[in-house]
Amino acid sequence: MTADLDCIDLTKQFSGVTAVDQVSFSVPPGSFFSILGPSGCGKTTIMRMIAGFLEPTDGDILIKGKSVLNVPPNKRPVNMVFQHLALFPMMNIADNIGYGLRRAGMGKTEIAYKVDEALERIGLPGIGARKVDELSGGQKQRVAIARCMVLEPDVLLLDEPLGALDLKLRERMKVELKSLQAAFDTTFVYITHDQSEALVMSDKIAVMNNGSFEQVGTARDLYYRPDTAFVAGFVGDSNRWRGQVTKTEGHCLELRTETGMTLRGVANGRALSVGEQVDVFVRPEAVRIAHEQAELSRFDNQISGKVTSLLFNGAASRVIVSSDAGLGEVEVNLPQSGEFADLVKGSDVHIGWSSDQGNCFAARES
Amino acid sequence: MTKQSLALSTAVSVVLIGGVSAANADTLRLLTWGGYAPEEVVAKFEAETGHTVQVTKSNNEEMIAKLRATGGGGFDLAQPSQDRIAGPQEEFGIYKPMDMSKINMDLFIPSMMEATKGNTTVGADVYGVPHVWGTSGLVLDTANAAMVKDYTDLCSDDVAGKVSYRLKRPTLIGFAFSMGLDPFAAYGDEAAYTEIMSQVEAKLIECKPGVKTYWGGGDELMGLLRSGEVVASMAWDTGGWKLNEDNADITFVAPAAGALGWVDTFVLPAKGKADDAAYAWINFVMQPEIAAMITEAAGNFTASQGADEFAAADLKAKYQASFPQEAIDNIKWYPPVPAGLEAIEGGVLDRVKAAN
Amino acid sequence: MRTEAKLGFALLLTPLLLWLSLLIFVPHVDIFLVSLRERIGVGQYQTSLANYLTFFQEPLYLWTFLRTAVMSSVATLITLVIAFPVSYYIAKMIKGRAQSALFLLCLVPFWVSELVRTFGWMILLRETGVFSNVLQYLGLVDGPVEMLYNDGAIMVGLVYTSMLFMVVPLVTTLESLPDEIIEAGYDLGGNGISVLREIIIPHAMPGIVSGCIVVFMLSLGNYLTPTMLGGKESLWFTELIYSQFIVRFNWELGAAFGFMLLILSSAIVWGMLKLTGQSLEKTMG
Repeated sequence: MTADLDCIDLTKQFSGVTAVDQVSFSVPPGSFFSILGPSGCGKTTIMRMIAGFLEPTDGDILIKGKSVLNVPPNKRPVNMVFQHLALFPMMNIADNIGYGLRRAGMGKTEIAYKVDEALERIGLPGIGARKVDELSGGQKQRVAIARCMVLEPDVLLLDEPLGALDLKLRERMKVELKSLQAAFDTTFVYITHDQSEALVMSDKIAVMNNGSFEQVGTARDLYYRPDTAFVAGFVGDSNRWRGQVTKTEGHCLELRTETGMTLRGVANGRALSVGEQVDVFVRPEAVRIAHEQAELSRFDNQISGKVTSLLFNGAASRVIVSSDAGLGEVEVNLPQSGEFADLVKGSDVHIGWSSDQGNCFAARES
Repeated sequence: MTKQSLALSTAVSVVLIGGVSAANADTLRLLTWGGYAPEEVVAKFEAETGHTVQVTKSNNEEMIAKLRATGGGGFDLAQPSQDRIAGPQEEFGIYKPMDMSKINMDLFIPSMMEATKGNTTVGADVYGVPHVWGTSGLVLDTANAAMVKDYTDLCSDDVAGKVSYRLKRPTLIGFAFSMGLDPFAAYGDEAAYTEIMSQVEAKLIECKPGVKTYWGGGDELMGLLRSGEVVASMAWDTGGWKLNEDNADITFVAPAAGALGWVDTFVLPAKGKADDAAYAWINFVMQPEIAAMITEAAGNFTASQGADEFAAADLKAKYQASFPQEAIDNIKWYPPVPAGLEAIEGGVLDRVKAAN
Repeated sequence: MRTEAKLGFALLLTPLLLWLSLLIFVPHVDIFLVSLRERIGVGQYQTSLANYLTFFQEPLYLWTFLRTAVMSSVATLITLVIAFPVSYYIAKMIKGRAQSALFLLCLVPFWVSELVRTFGWMILLRETGVFSNVLQYLGLVDGPVEMLYNDGAIMVGLVYTSMLFMVVPLVTTLESLPDEIIEAGYDLGGNGISVLREIIIPHAMPGIVSGCIVVFMLSLGNYLTPTMLGGKESLWFTELIYSQFIVRFNWELGAAFGFMLLILSSAIVWGMLKLTGQSLEKTMG
């Protein structure tokens, strides 16, 4: 089966500055593909090249196996949901949704039928006569998607469309977008700088940095098996220390941080030798907290310390523990089981984690 | 200017002059034509009398419109043509009678003074005394438009597209004379005048295709003639003489039907506040040497007795070339325009303007 | 405190009220009263509608007004057609310094007076002028060409004089149109023409209408440009008013003409607003 979208060595330079550097990826039909990266990483440039608003400097874009390089944006089988949705304020909802159909030269009655059907599908029947500014943020979102979907594009591009919504609505729209994608059964290419959006919705995620992809994989891959230090740092939260390898034992290694802590981690197949500078990443939820040191005997990393701050955030509450030896601070997930309800600032605690959870990468100068 | 500030400025100037002059020093607000109050004359007058002079340049219609708007206020001395005094005075009452005892009669050419007095009398009062006089006729590029001898010759095919005149009453009058009619004789008879004007209207509409443009201001006409875009035009004598200095071919020609003679006068606006200064100005500028200076600046001769002696020789020569004796005898002097005549002429001018 | 606030409000309002009443309302009432006087003899007047009757009975006056209105409309239309791409370019195609520079360039002609601008056009268009000489030099024409003193010259002058007043509102409204919306128009299958018709023009409508009103009124009320560039063929309504007031001493008819100009031009603007489905509030707000 051919992919819906193939990008081959896609490159874009703006007056000498490389914004996108030889990026290749392939999106299979019906999947939800996200490009995740900090602002300025080049993800919007990729999207605009796919939509046809920018000409690639080099490389090729194939949609359903056919190059679209010489196809103008209005002829590409690709549609885009813009960051601020770009609904046409001078038209009502029905005319907004019917715009593309009118441009395609469809008959009036057929357009009316299709528009009604689309409104039905996004759960907003009967709002066709309303004006754009009479709609709520979430409704506009759905109309913007419906406006593209009536054209049955091969690929739907979404440019951070949830960015302008408030947090609560954003959480709901994540779920809704995913189910809309399933309902329309269309390939979505979604770009965002918000990792939770990407993690929740995507079948596959590309993490982008400085114009190229760091890693392409499922949410789990990125979260548990990051290929690069950037991915480990960018996706999810991590404790991060820099240190020097002091010992290697198979895939395990021991290192000494700049502040003097001795930690154990794993190289996960990356070649790291004694004396090399490495970054080690440990997720807060991988760190276990206990009142008694004995409870942590199975872990090969153990630290005793005091609580320096309590960050209450419901199920995602954390504490920051400062090592007694004064060797550094560790962010730890706080189980809400009641066992630690009496924890206060200054309490003595013990923390520990297994060396499997300490992901080590060769340190990059940054 | 408010009363207070006028009083204040008067007071200040009195203090400044410090009683050097016996007369009260006033500000004379003079509404006049370009060239009638040259700076050197103003300076001389101010030095001699202590009065100050504010000059506003204008033309006949605007002078009357301005005085009408204020009911004859805002100026202390004005200079409309003598045919524009009796009518507007009857209609709008914008002037006040002249006190002839304050005017030095010896300075004026008696015949002109008598004529002007006759033309500007309303009831028992005289409203104007003569100042500058001149004529309007034809200004021609004799190399290209020698065949133009009269106003109606401006419609000739030989000069088609290179002709200009004003769309104003002198044109109507000139054409009427040239067509063998006598509009001045019909001034008192509205029906006869309307009949004459309708004939002129037909003629002007017939001529319109050959007209380059109706000129509006003296500078515009000068530009047209200098560039050669226009070779024949109706204009004032001074305009022709001025152009003659640059291009010997261009000069003023008195038309066969007669040049139209005008006299610009001195009148006192009804609400003028500095009558003494006004009389002083009149008696000052009518002195032969001063009148000659004005002739030099304006290009026209004045009603000053004996000023000819002081006038520049070349101007006299040009005048004599343009006006042989029979042409002088043939000058048609504008009689006073009866009130309401403008309405008839206005309709004609509007229709000519609109005609295609 | 309350009285103080009231006093402050009154003080703020006073200049506006003074301006409205002394400079706009009172003169208009005065003009209206003058227009109702009919001269029946030397210095004698009576109240009547005779002057308005003259306006409607003399085909020349009505025709002149009609001609002025039509020419002004055409000038407005031409100004719009020229100003729209210029404004679009300034608002959307260029950014930063070049944008302000170009905008400034539109302003430059207004640094000199209208009289000088009009003289400039006369120098260009006259028979012995620049265009005529260039055409002869290029061998495109045999003899001198007169481009002055016709309707075309009036049109050129009016469009030139009005350009800025169309560009400013257009740039303002076009700048408020997000690029995203234009891109969305293309992305969903629109081409240049349909995006222009369905998205850009509807969005710019308030700017178009307010620009058109200003340009139309300016052209209608222009005196200098039509008289100087039109020469013997100008025949502009303001010229009629001027000549009634100044040349004919007929203030009564002039005042009636002035009032008719006010009423008829207001009616035309109102009709234009109705026709385009715009309201004054939407346009000016």
